[in-house]
Amino acid sequence: MPPRSVRYEARIENLEGILRFVTDCAGEIPWAARRLPDIELVVEEAVVNVCKYAYPDQGGEVEVRCDGNDTALSILIADSGVPFNVLDAEEPDLSADILERQVGGLGCFLIRSMSDRAEYRREGGRNLLDLTFLPGGKAGGESGDA
Amino acid sequence: MDIQVRKEKNATIVAVTGKMDAVTAPDYEQQLRRLMDEGEKTFVNDFSGLVYISSAGLRSILATAKALKAVEGRLLFSGVTGPVKDVFEISGFGSLFQLHDSPDTALKSVG
Repeated sequence: MPPRSVRYEARIENLEGILRFVTDCAGEIPWAARRLPDIELVVEEAVVNVCKYAYPDQGGEVEVRCDGNDTALSILIADSGVPFNVLDAEEPDLSADILERQVGGLGCFLIRSMSDRAEYRREGGRNLLDLTFLPGGKAGGESGDA
Repeated sequence: MDIQVRKEKNATIVAVTGKMDAVTAPDYEQQLRRLMDEGEKTFVNDFSGLVYISSAGLRSILATAKALKAVEGRLLFSGVTGPVKDVFEISGFGSLFQLHDSPDTALKSVG
């Protein structure tokens, strides 16, 4: 597929449209259907992060760019908000019990866990989160066809 | 996301279908909160029709579970499968909660 991108106001109401765009892109790549649950989840987490934290004072945009082929699907999430590296976020304590368990932090953890590669860079005043999914992806690979 | 509530003798069954994401998860939390305000303390979440959950859903579940702990209530699950089960396992929720095959086995464990 040729690279495609969309821009939306960074608001939760636009999540559905963004996910539909990503699902459509992934739908053009035969192997990607298998990874769709992981792809959708990781993109939601990344976009929700932008909506919640990138623009604390005024609104702004989020850009989502998809580029894929037989060997990989790359999804770039970009915003012009405050610098934030989601990959630096603290790991949640997965062994804590219900009362001790922190309510936050899981989104960043899921981005790292369910993608095959996640890279962050700050460039030209923008946060760029590059997410890569592979045909035999780690999360999908572990759970098999179940 | 759609939520159906059914009151049994010893628990309230909450059947959630569709997708629990950043848009819909607050509805789940509010509905459970309302049932708690009515005095319900033991809940079985029937997730057999749930096809997707994100961290927003996990947060709502955890917030509900914390509120239930405070009143010595309980939150059990049944029918957690597929991608929802993957997310439960990877985030440690599989060991945080009792997961049952069906609402009936969950109800039996409540006694």
